[in-house]
Amino acid sequence: MAVAEKQPVTGAGPFNGLLTWVDQRFPLVQLWREHLAEYYAPKNFNFWYYFGSLALLVLVLQIVTGILLTMHYKPDAAQAFASVEYIMRDVPGGWLIRYMHSTGASAFFIVVYLHMFRGLMYGSYRKPRELIWIFGMLIYLSLMAEAFFGYLLPWGQMSYWGAQVIVNLFDAIPLIGPDLALWIRGDYVVSDATLNRFFSFHVIAIPLVLLGLVAAHIMALHEVGSNNPDGVEIKKNLDPKTGHPVDGIPFHPYYTVKDTLGAVVFLIVFCVIMFFMPEFGGYFLEYNNYIPADPLKTPPHIAPVWYFTPYYSILRATTENFMWVLAAGLIAYSAMVIAAVKINAVRIAVVVIAALLLVGFFTLDPKVWGVVLMGAAVLIFFGLPWLDQSPVRSIRYKGWLVKGALALFVVAFFILGYLGTQTVTEGRTLMAQVCTLIYFVFFLLMPWYTRMDKTRPEPARVTWQGAH
Amino acid sequence: MADKELDWGKRRFLVAATSVAGGIATGAVAVPFVASMLPSERAKAAGAPVEADFTNLAPGEMTRVEWQGKPVWIVRRTREMLDSVKQNDDKVADPNSKRKPEWTPPYARNEYRSIKPEYLVVVGICTHLGCSPVDKFKPQPEPFETDWKGGFYCPCHGSLFDLAGRVYKNKPAPDNLIVPPHKYLSDAQILIGEGAKGA
Repeated sequence: MAVAEKQPVTGAGPFNGLLTWVDQRFPLVQLWREHLAEYYAPKNFNFWYYFGSLALLVLVLQIVTGILLTMHYKPDAAQAFASVEYIMRDVPGGWLIRYMHSTGASAFFIVVYLHMFRGLMYGSYRKPRELIWIFGMLIYLSLMAEAFFGYLLPWGQMSYWGAQVIVNLFDAIPLIGPDLALWIRGDYVVSDATLNRFFSFHVIAIPLVLLGLVAAHIMALHEVGSNNPDGVEIKKNLDPKTGHPVDGIPFHPYYTVKDTLGAVVFLIVFCVIMFFMPEFGGYFLEYNNYIPADPLKTPPHIAPVWYFTPYYSILRATTENFMWVLAAGLIAYSAMVIAAVKINAVRIAVVVIAALLLVGFFTLDPKVWGVVLMGAAVLIFFGLPWLDQSPVRSIRYKGWLVKGALALFVVAFFILGYLGTQTVTEGRTLMAQVCTLIYFVFFLLMPWYTRMDKTRPEPARVTWQGAH
Repeated sequence: MADKELDWGKRRFLVAATSVAGGIATGAVAVPFVASMLPSERAKAAGAPVEADFTNLAPGEMTRVEWQGKPVWIVRRTREMLDSVKQNDDKVADPNSKRKPEWTPPYARNEYRSIKPEYLVVVGICTHLGCSPVDKFKPQPEPFETDWKGGFYCPCHGSLFDLAGRVYKNKPAPDNLIVPPHKYLSDAQILIGEGAKGA
């Protein structure tokens, strides 16, 4: 029998017997070793490597506070707004739990955006980590869905009109759009039926998907091993005696301790916001959402929550005139692709796709293309592992061309984010259009500029100035 | 079994047959699941016509009525407001509501998009993404349009509509505001949701 073959657990004092009993029936020790005690991570992790574990911390926080909020919240159009106020005023500690949840939502996106930026800087999406990146992007998409569904629940003005706008995005899809929007809402307008199903998505459907994806993200990571700020593969350099990477250190205790420090600092900042500025100037909790939903009146100024504003700006930037710019860009880009590829079938495919898109640009409404561009802006991240053709992974060894492109992209992303919170004027629309172009050019021209870029050779081992 | 050759052809056939049968069953079960998310019978029944009385509406003012959960605006237009509609013909994308004829019932398919020029009746939902535009009736330079002749401004994405509910050119909204089916019951009373004959 296999039960007798396993070594007894040692080093757990009075628990040795219990843990041995469990380990002989469940791969406890194996899991502990593979994911913590003998998961070798590069020793040169810096500040940017805090955000993965912080995202996990916020996820736990959101789940726990969410369970508590569900005990008091009523997913009913007639009672939802009042039940949130009830949580805020009458439920013992309800205000704290709710602010923890609402601050947690924004914190989640801050942490995830920084985590993604780390990936962009150090090329963490490059081979063999493409799937980690794809799972991560799926987590990001789920997170957006989770935030969107959750935002309807307080049934305030912003909840209502935000949901109205986003569901109507689907309405723009040719042929099936109107029926699809109707199916999502479950009614002809955003109503009680919509609220009820969004509650179901928010508390059970998306969280289940999210947990599965997080597990897949970590499993894929632990299969290939972590990248690091130098972007060099530590597994290439193994200690002949132990077989472990010479530049690797066990995740536990080294990085569990480091991440605990990160968690403490993060929680200090988190608490300051939660206790002293939970609305964060209208960015985390919008003022208009303290007015109950009114289907007859849109608030004079509506904007999505800050984490969606860059994409919202792209949506608004797509006007009739902008279609000409897009058409010109598409023709130029197709010409570049045709010049670059040598396979005729691919060339023909590019011409056909470009021709179809061009016809579409001027037959379908710009509204449809606004929605397409917004979707494409998110989905284009999936292509990064294949768009980046640089011979080196990390920004440390890349040239000014790639560094400049990344800086420009970040600036455009911030400007788009800012513009999304503002009302529309001609000047702002123009600005949003310029930034939309920069956003897409950053990705679409990546195969070219990463090749042209003057890189420096990667070191053989990670660079690390530690005490010896 | 072990010493016999496996009949791979038979095995592949069985695996394929089982997969197909299982796939069909799963697909069949998905139908009621997906259908359960469609509007319920109660939601479908809620779209009855509503009456609106605007006897007390002063010239140049607007009132809102709820129909099928959507706002319906009734604007009593002054002479100047009607003139501004005429002046706007070259500024709007679709002056004669030709793009989506079904959104303007035949009895409102005219210069002012209404049965009686004085009263504009439109669904107050932007044809872009469904926000409800704000009334900005005063003709004056606005941040969104220097030569503003009065109309509606959508706060969400900046679409503009004139006082006949017609959308301005080069704005995110593709179409004019929808004129709901409606008919006059008396001089200042309409039924929204049911058109006059021929509608």
